[in-house]
Parts: sequence; C-alpha cells; structure tokens
Amino acid sequence: MTQDDAAAGGRFPAAFLRPGSASFVELLAATSPDLLPRAHGAGALPGAVHGTTIVAARFADGAVMAGDRRATAGTHIASRDIEKVFPADRSSAIGIAGTAGIALELVRLFQLELEHYEKIEGSPLSLDGRANRLAAMIRANLPLAMQGLAVAALFAGYDDAAGAGRIFSYDVTGGRYEEHEFHAVGSGAVYAKSALKKLWSSGLDRSTAVRVAVEALVDAADDDSATGGPDLVRRIWPVVATVTAAGYQRVPDAELEAVAAQIVADRRAAHDGSDRS
Amino acid sequence: MTMPYYVSPEQLMKDRADFARKGIARGRSVVVVTCRDGIVLATANPSRVLHKVSEIYDRIAFAGVGKYNEFENLRVAGVRYADLRGYSYDRADVRARGLANAYAQTLGSVFTNEAKPLEVEIVVAEVGATPHDDQLYRVSFDGSVTDETGVVVVGGDADRAATGLQEAWDPAAPFGAALRSAVDVLSGDERLTATDLEVGLLERAQPGRAFRRVGEAELASLLTDAS
Repeated sequence: MTQDDAAAGGRFPAAFLRPGSASFVELLAATSPDLLPRAHGAGALPGAVHGTTIVAARFADGAVMAGDRRATAGTHIASRDIEKVFPADRSSAIGIAGTAGIALELVRLFQLELEHYEKIEGSPLSLDGRANRLAAMIRANLPLAMQGLAVAALFAGYDDAAGAGRIFSYDVTGGRYEEHEFHAVGSGAVYAKSALKKLWSSGLDRSTAVRVAVEALVDAADDDSATGGPDLVRRIWPVVATVTAAGYQRVPDAELEAVAAQIVADRRAAHDGSDRS
Repeated sequence: MTMPYYVSPEQLMKDRADFARKGIARGRSVVVVTCRDGIVLATANPSRVLHKVSEIYDRIAFAGVGKYNEFENLRVAGVRYADLRGYSYDRADVRARGLANAYAQTLGSVFTNEAKPLEVEIVVAEVGATPHDDQLYRVSFDGSVTDETGVVVVGGDADRAATGLQEAWDPAAPFGAALRSAVDVLSGDERLTATDLEVGLLERAQPGRAFRRVGEAELASLLTDAS
C-alpha cells in the first residue's frame, strides 16, 4: 500500500503535506486509488448481496429513518440482521439500499469524509454541504451502477440553522432531491411509500413517527420478498434512528419490540372475523 | 569563479538548531498532562479559531508550538495519515507511535535537507484505558523524539515549566486539578483566565472520538474551584 511504502521511508508522503483539500475522497484518489470502490471488468455480477428498503419521515422534532434487516442474493436470504441505517456524523443519518458491498463501503467513506472535513477545517460541514458531498460520491459510483451494482441512498439530518429535520433522497446517478414529508428507497419502496401516504401527517411526535416508520416497513415486507419484517422469533427489529437537536439517536430494541408487537396485534385484530377459513 | 565559503557541519547544524530554537521560544508553551479523566492539553491562546491543540483521531490529539503555518501543516498531515490508515485497516490500528515516527522522520529530513528547519515542536498524545497506558511523544524541530511519562511541556520556557509540573504530577488527579496545575505553570506574573486559554481534553471514558474542546464557561468554573 502506498501509505506503508511512505512509512517505510519514514516521512509523510508529499500529498499529506500539500495545503488545500479537506476531502478524504480526494486524498484517497491521490494516494491510494486502489482503495476506492470502482468498476472492474464489465457485466453484472451474479450472487452480489442486495439490501433493500429504507424509509425516512419528518416529524415535529426532526426526522426518523428506518431500515429493514434483510439482505438477499438472488432468491436466497443472505442475511437476516444486516444493518442499513448508520450515523453519518453526530447529527445526521444515512440509509442505503442496493448492492450491499458497495453501499456499506460508500457509507464508511462518507462517514470518514465528514469526519475528515470536520477535523481539518475545525467545524462540521453544513447540512446542504453534506447532502451535496453524498451526491457527488454516489455519482462517482455510476460506472458500477451501469454494471448493475447500483446504490440508492437516503440522507436525513438535523439542520441547526432551520431548526428542523431535513431529508434528501438520491438516485443512482447522484441526483439529490430534498423530500419535505417522507420518502422510501429500495425494492420495497413503492409499498412503504403507499403506507406512509396514509399513516404520515405533519407534526407527528417522536413515538408516533417511530411507529409509522416501522409500520411502513411491515407493509413493504408484506409485499416485497426482499424486505424483511420484524422477526418476532429471533427478536430482530428494524434499525430505527432519529435525528433531532439532540443529534443522532438509535431507537432502543425494547421500544421497537413493543412497537412491532403492537402493530402485529392491531393487524391481527383487523383480520379477526375475516371469512377466509 | 568564486569559491563557496566553508562552513563546518557542526557549525551548520548548530546554526540551524539555534535558528529553530529561537523561533520556538518566541511562542507561549503548551502543557500536556495526563490525569484520571484523560489527557489535558492546555495553552495560552487568545485566538478562538487558530488552534494550537487539536484532534487527530479517536484517541489521539496533537499540540504544536512555534510557527503556526508550519505546525498547522503538520497537523493536517497527521489527520490525513490517521484517517487513511484507519480506512485501509481499522480504527483500532491507528496508534500514536506510528504517527510520532512519521512526524519525526518528516521534521528530521526537513532539518537536514531543506533551506530552513521547521520552527516547531509538537506533542502527540494517545489516551489509554488507564493513566499508565497513556502515551506522550514530544517531537522536536530536528526530528528527535522522546517518550514522556505524565507531563510534557513544549515551547517557550518549557524546561523550567516541566520540572515544576513533573514534581507535582499525580496520575490519580481529576481533570479540574490537572488543569489547574497546568494553568499554574502557564501563568506568568498574571494568572491566566478562561478567556486566555485554549484547552482540549482526551476523555478516557468517552468511547470513539475522545477529544473535545473545553468551552470558556466550563473552564471558568473549573478554574474557580481552586480558590
């Protein structure tokens, strides 16, 4: 690796001492381009693992983001407990759907990009700055997306200047779209969004917003085979996080268990007395 | 053709070292002291934006004295080194020792090869699980590294300040007490107040990124506790 070659010689490589950029991705491209995710050869890869549905919605104090726990490889379930929602920094969350290997690396790179900027510049990027940076990084993945290794992302953060949560969605070309109410990406997005249309209203409180997000995932899992619902047997719950003035906070499993149990009970009650039997 | 003047290597190195020392001595010292709650990095700095004490990585902080543009450049290089290493391996693989070595090599090669030595002295500090595990490296303008225990002072009249502090050093002291002992050393005739100070703390108990800047209000209350 280039960095170690430099360490063997001892001193910092010239790129480290060059004044200017506060971008980690640019540093990586200059010093160790082999570490950047990039296209190798052509054609879609069989057997790549895919992660699926992510939802996000605004509520009174900020925004909530939730992701199911399933990853698939073709018709197989590759993982039941993969996590697809992460803290991007102290006050924002990123959720990813699509080719898991590329998407998880993108998250790691994005987290580091924000941290690197903050350390070099001494202050964090603005929320719009972070949203734009993510757009550029997803756009850089376009050659891979053309091979079928696409990544779709949702980004939610608390905007101190506006005093509100904001949500941005991205398509594979790096298009950045601000969502003012709610949004979903991934294979179950259509069903999740339909659910959100009925369940969401403006100014929800935190606990209702968490329930709405989980219920949208339950609906997505109901109709999309690549999305996993709450796993009552193994006690695997979706990853749900809120971004508010208090920063990124993951909703504890105990609360999610109660929310999932309530949703199941409500739906069972709704189906009681149906004449299917 | 004119002959270049002959200067003995001893004289050349001595001149360079004197030049660098003079530059460094012009600035105020930075005191780095370990305590029960972590590692305290304190200095007199009226600026709120041009920092002398900064975060490098999860458990690692940096302090520099001398010429601002020179140690700032080294700080940025350190952040790049640490982030790149953490990305290619794992966050746990970024250690102060490797970083201090890279600083030493860089400063050493500039000292011998370039027209002007860097007029800086830096400290690389890594907080461990206990005060015993803390690592403090002092890297000088000529690339010499020393591994210190408990206390490091760089810049200004570092030697005088360090002696007093080393005698009083108590690894079991809480943050407030360690800070006050550092401020005692930094203060000259007039006692420094919260507005004159820049203080960073590598918090031992904080998981992940352990470095934080200590705000003016907190500093003021910690400093008044003493009296």
